[in-house]
Amino acid sequence: MIRTTPFHERLSELNTQGLYTHWQGFLSPLRYTHAPKHEYFAVRNSVGVFDTSPLFKYRLTGPDSSRLLEGALTRDIRRCAPGQAQYTLWCDDGGFVMEDGVVFRHGEEEFLLTAARPNLAWFADLAQGLAVDLEDVSDDFGVLAVQGPRSRQVLEALAPEVGALGYFEHTSAKVASSAVTLSRTGYTGDVGYELTVPAADALDVLDAVLEAGQGHGLRPFGEEALMVLRIEAGLPLIDVEWTNSRLAWSDAERVTPTELGMGWMLRGVPEGDRAFVGRDALRREAEQRSSRWTTVGIVVDWQHWDRLHREAGLLPAKEAHPLPYESALYDAAAGGTQVGYMTSFTYSPVLQRHIGLARVRPDLAQAGTELHVETVVNHTNTTVRAHTARLPLFNPPRKTARP
Amino acid sequence: MTDTPTGSSDRRGADGAAAYDAIVVGGGHNGLINAAYLAKEGLRTLVLERNPLVGGAAITEECLPGFSFTTFSYALSLLRPEIIHELDLVRHGFMPLMMPSSFHPTGDGDYLLLGDDHDQNVQEVRRHSRRDADAYSRYHHDLDRVVQAVRPLFDSAPPDVFGSDGTAGAGFGPDLEWVRKHLGGVERRVMHDVVRLLTGSASDWLEDYFEHPAVAGYHASSSIIGSKVGPMSPGSGLVLLFHKMGEHDGHLGSWAFHKGGNGGFTQVLARAAQAFGAEVRLEAPVTAVLTAAGRVTGVALEDGTELRAPVVVSALDPRRTFLELVDPREMPGEVVDDVRRMKFRGVSAKVNFALDGLPTFPALPDTVDHFGGFLNIGPTVEYVERAFDAAKYGWYSERPFIDAAVQSVVDPDMAPPGKHVMSCFVQYAPYQLRGSDWDTERQRFGDTAQAVLEEHFPGFGDLVLHREVVTPVDIEARTGLTEGNIFAGEFLAPQMYLFRPSPAASRYATPLAGYYQCGSGTHPGGCVIGSPGRFAAQRVLHDLRRDP
Ligand SMILES: Cc1cc2nc3c(=O)[nH]c(=O)nc-3n(C[C@H](O)[C@H](O)[C@H](O)COP(=O)(O)OP(=O)(O)OC[C@H]3O[C@@H](n4cnc5c(N)ncnc54)[C@H](O)[C@@H]3O)c2cc1C
Repeated sequence: MIRTTPFHERLSELNTQGLYTHWQGFLSPLRYTHAPKHEYFAVRNSVGVFDTSPLFKYRLTGPDSSRLLEGALTRDIRRCAPGQAQYTLWCDDGGFVMEDGVVFRHGEEEFLLTAARPNLAWFADLAQGLAVDLEDVSDDFGVLAVQGPRSRQVLEALAPEVGALGYFEHTSAKVASSAVTLSRTGYTGDVGYELTVPAADALDVLDAVLEAGQGHGLRPFGEEALMVLRIEAGLPLIDVEWTNSRLAWSDAERVTPTELGMGWMLRGVPEGDRAFVGRDALRREAEQRSSRWTTVGIVVDWQHWDRLHREAGLLPAKEAHPLPYESALYDAAAGGTQVGYMTSFTYSPVLQRHIGLARVRPDLAQAGTELHVETVVNHTNTTVRAHTARLPLFNPPRKTARP
Repeated sequence: MTDTPTGSSDRRGADGAAAYDAIVVGGGHNGLINAAYLAKEGLRTLVLERNPLVGGAAITEECLPGFSFTTFSYALSLLRPEIIHELDLVRHGFMPLMMPSSFHPTGDGDYLLLGDDHDQNVQEVRRHSRRDADAYSRYHHDLDRVVQAVRPLFDSAPPDVFGSDGTAGAGFGPDLEWVRKHLGGVERRVMHDVVRLLTGSASDWLEDYFEHPAVAGYHASSSIIGSKVGPMSPGSGLVLLFHKMGEHDGHLGSWAFHKGGNGGFTQVLARAAQAFGAEVRLEAPVTAVLTAAGRVTGVALEDGTELRAPVVVSALDPRRTFLELVDPREMPGEVVDDVRRMKFRGVSAKVNFALDGLPTFPALPDTVDHFGGFLNIGPTVEYVERAFDAAKYGWYSERPFIDAAVQSVVDPDMAPPGKHVMSCFVQYAPYQLRGSDWDTERQRFGDTAQAVLEEHFPGFGDLVLHREVVTPVDIEARTGLTEGNIFAGEFLAPQMYLFRPSPAASRYATPLAGYYQCGSGTHPGGCVIGSPGRFAAQRVLHDLRRDP
């Protein structure tokens, strides 16, 4: 049986399309209206609301909870103070990425970790012998993302605390008399917040947010809009950008944090004393510079794209519908050898270009390197010119600006 | 020029007047685009704008604190994608916001509400006529084919068919052979449709597809914008086609609001032009273009300042460019004659409202989404044609056609929370009234438009916090657009392409050496397109390369 989230009852009333996909066994709207691009613009120009409740959520408490995370997560949890959150990865012994999530530190000995897939057993195995209470609280909370330039103004009317939150900070607050966690986090690359809400209060909190959003252009957005937003923001998605290394069939399917564009998480690892799963392999990778790939942004040459289509008698398509499949990248030499692959691709309305997330050979990663992207025009394989660019491709100052 | 900062002192000519490589007269969107391209190529470029802000017919003004009005033009579609990229506009804040819907009250309490999903649109049309349901798809496909057929001509300078350029322009833009080859490749049936649209009436064209008066009425609305034609007049087909030439985000004929209104867009242009090194001077009205020995030497400002440059580009309309800025005696009589007989009869007005809340359409009491784009008040072809009747005899429509838009619904920064700004483009309002004048009629005209809104949105009047009536005379006074014609010259076949503004001067140069034109009175024409500015820059650069 497909499940529904704590917000579903109300959000489904706002859904005029009845178009849902399945996300980890939950109904998740593809779009609410006939125009997903309009929902997208709510996030880029006013404020949008997204139901991200299907994430798995784990609570860790007890004196050794920090020790557990120190040894399990790729990023150093000791640098995360109470009231802060970290976007992080966890790897296997080979230094390959298993999954990603956000860890919220509520106190010295209290954490909440979100994950895209179930992970209880993996963390429980690592917790053996430690004084940690590890609990799957996935069903206890709904998570509502409120994202976009107006998000702060809308939420401030409900909880003034929001005004003081810096990027990746969180606080407890009362919204519609419910005790929620308000965090300045999200998956859109814009200024935005997430409300972690006790499931029983979900509708009250949602109603309060919808009400506060009136006059601010607030609207719910679905996964179609989310995909464009997260590609612009350079945010990877499991099973699109990579496969959990424990479930992969070959190393070709696996990536290391560095290869995934998350090398910055390893600051301090080569010289530091923190032991964590995958450390030795990751150190070796850094030392031997053995990363196979570098993750880059791709920006398609608009002139070439238009010309390819026009010469074929077609209108150059500019659809903000991410491609559901991978395409190959070739170097610029005639005949071109394959030098990488693009994992996500879409037209970006704010950038007015076709953009992508890709992995290329490290020697070709420098921003501005010309590459050719595999594409199909009139049923024929061809390539279109593109260049590499630094991620994130869309990165407005408001995203991280101090309040 | 006083207090010249160091670094620009080299802009002083020998006689002490400032020297530039190029001066652009008029800071509308075409002037700014032209200047940006010239500056990008390294020319020391100065834009002189008469008003205290750039933008011309594309400005946004705060008429009431917190309410941003698009005083004149209000929507974006035709802007050429090349310009966005070549001038790096995204970096300077370019942001077209999708219009999620298009709303057309059918006059009987019902409506046509179209959106972004083709199949749902077909069902919506089918609600009114089963026959029109498949015609809807065919209509759009046929029109798109026509657009694709004429687009290469639209997107390049007209060839020198009449040899009016002499050798000077050789090599600029495509030649006649290219045009012939392109047209030779167009399918016969599509070519036939091109001619039917360019010469015929919108209603004749629509009749082939739609039986339902409101479905036809909806599609006819773009056939009269800014033009002294009704949907039944020959020539309205051309106007309809022109308004479908846009390619916003790859969607033919689709429209958007620029963030902050069209004035937000021209601010982006000003930043881009300045980033390339162009200088923009406001409140600097030009009174004359200076000449010596048959070529341009600079311009004179109203305050007497003279500024020197070997290239002067007029971004004004042809009347001002050929008859006011220069002494017409400097121009060949043929060009002067052509411009004198060019038609500029403005018929459009704006009535802009600040509203206390969203209006209510009784059949859709609880939703907002029908306010996401154009609100098209002109239920049927006949309604619009009747609105036109008055204009023929020098009077405004008693029940006008209104193209309204409430940008604050998709762009909340346009008005305080819960409040709205509503832009109403109203026709017909002829520039020349018979037996009265616009100062006398202004408020009554505003009442007439408001009464039509009241008909469709009962209770509308109670929401009005502020009303601004912009007549054709106001348009002329504030932008310089002759007779308030929004396109700087009507969209009539003999005033387009090879003939815009004159068969002897349709390639951005003028008979006066060093004097160029880049306003909407040149090909491809008015609307926020930018091509005139871009092509004129290409022409200037082409000529400088030949004859530095
Ligand atoms: C009411 C109205 C609504 C419209 N709606 C739309 C719409 O929604 N979408 C669309 O695409 N198009 C619309 N249009 C058409 C479009 O706005 C115009 O065709 C276009 O903006 C003209 O641009 P331009 O740069 O050629 O000229 P203008 O915008 O007219 O610019 C000319 C500039 O020159 C300045 N100037 C004049 N004389 C002098 C002088 N002597 N010295 C110095 N400066 C001078 C003026 O102040 C002005 O800034 C509308 C026009 C009007 C009037």
